[in-house]
Amino acid sequence: MSAATARQVMSLAPSDPPETHGDPSLGQKVLIRDVDFFYGAFQALKNISMPLHDRRVTAFIGPSGCGKSTLLRVLNRIYELYPGQRASGEVIVDGENILSSGMDLNLLRARIGMVFQKPTPFPMSIYDNIAFGIRLYERLPHHELDDRVESALRRAALWDEVKDKLRQSGLGLSGGQQQRLCIARAIAVRPEILLLDEPASALDPISTQRIEELIAELKADYCIAIVTHNMQQAARSSDFTAFMYLGELIEFDETERIFTRPKQKHTEDYITGRFG
Amino acid sequence: MAIYARRRLTNALVMALAMAATGFGLLWLVLVLSTLLWNGVAAITPALFTQTTPPPGSTGGLLNAIFGSVVMTLIATLIGTPTGILAGTFLAEYSRGSRFGEVVRFINDILLSAPSIIVGLFVYQLMVVRMGHFSAWAGAVALAIIVVPVVVRTTEDMLNLVPNTLREAASALGSPQWKVIVMVSYRAAIQGMVTGVMLAVARIAGETAPLLFTALNNQFWSTNLNAPMANLPVVIFQFAMSPYADWQVLAWGGALLITITVLFLNIGARALASWSTFKQ
Repeated sequence: MSAATARQVMSLAPSDPPETHGDPSLGQKVLIRDVDFFYGAFQALKNISMPLHDRRVTAFIGPSGCGKSTLLRVLNRIYELYPGQRASGEVIVDGENILSSGMDLNLLRARIGMVFQKPTPFPMSIYDNIAFGIRLYERLPHHELDDRVESALRRAALWDEVKDKLRQSGLGLSGGQQQRLCIARAIAVRPEILLLDEPASALDPISTQRIEELIAELKADYCIAIVTHNMQQAARSSDFTAFMYLGELIEFDETERIFTRPKQKHTEDYITGRFG
Repeated sequence: MAIYARRRLTNALVMALAMAATGFGLLWLVLVLSTLLWNGVAAITPALFTQTTPPPGSTGGLLNAIFGSVVMTLIATLIGTPTGILAGTFLAEYSRGSRFGEVVRFINDILLSAPSIIVGLFVYQLMVVRMGHFSAWAGAVALAIIVVPVVVRTTEDMLNLVPNTLREAASALGSPQWKVIVMVSYRAAIQGMVTGVMLAVARIAGETAPLLFTALNNQFWSTNLNAPMANLPVVIFQFAMSPYADWQVLAWGGALLITITVLFLNIGARALASWSTFKQ
């Protein structure tokens, strides 16, 4: 790390987060460093540097097109599915740069779960939706697989609603249930990091609330990054917030500070609803 | 108000024209089907399914032709379906935006609209001339060449309908690409793909030109794939053109049989397609 980059990262990190003093568990799980991103010739991310803390929720906020979803998609390199999209810079996860070319993308993605804006249940039974990811990397006896599926569904607060119809298609569930199914599917493979791309934007208020409660609960075990358009949601459910605008990271700080005394005028204008 | 009256008049006129055109189209379809039924029903007897094609002047059925058509259609489907599905999968899942993919797609479209007699001549040159005789194998290969582009096209189209978010979701779990395709994309597209195969089978069930030069025909019962084999389209062609009344009746019967088969394949394909949209 160059000295300049180091300073930059340091200055972006919360200057004095009181709750982190003497808490060794709150490490930096992910360190994003000088990341640029291109859709063909269009530069969607400009020199982004910020950390993601372990067992904390980091929210990415900003107006449409600011690059927050793009940044999330860099973290598991899902953008590689499309030719013409590329990222440069470094994303350090547990000391390893995941943007390096030698990275095994399948193994990487197995460690980093992702939930999308629209629910994406696979066209198979509820049980198989959860078991799909587990079977990819583990060969378990039947009863153990059953246990894993049940515990994932329980954690996603879906078990009671689906326990009697595990063999039915996942497509038959309601939108909110489908999204919780997708969260259950993501945590069933026991990832270390959870990426949530506007997970509640297509849901009604009650389902949204359940998802937010779920995030609060999952935070105990995971490093979570969430993209959201909903200011209140960011304020309610995150510990850190990154405000982005036109592909740049304008401000990164503890959520409380961002929402009460932001350093940048731009951030203040956005969170108070003056634009965006 | 004058403008409004003129609009109404134009509307009535155009609608009348459109309905007349529809009626004209339907008229011929109804005529063809009713003629077929009128002449063909008499030939649908148990003998049609139990006896082989007769010499002129004696009674018989179409058993050997039915058997030959079923066997060659089956072999053609068995060759053409996997090939078409794999190629369609390549186009939809692997070759996105690549130059090579575009070339393959273009060539496939040409093959799709190639006259079937060209396919027959090609297989004649490729297999019949080299083997020195007509054979059921050559007939099956010619039909398979017609199946492939249809299946390639429908497979690609159906896989393109699978939302990318579904592929992303499976990839995000760490799934290798082939597993994403087999476990997720195929499952989402399966009804459409099966529909495509059924339509391809319906298409080859009535093809005559490719069989004329390849399987030819056989007066007798034969299960030898290395020999000429009877089949419904060529038998219909031969019997309908003959001066013998009993042969002509059999030709009508065969034509009705093919039409009913194709009708049911199409209805089945439609039912399957609407069932899948209903499910989503």
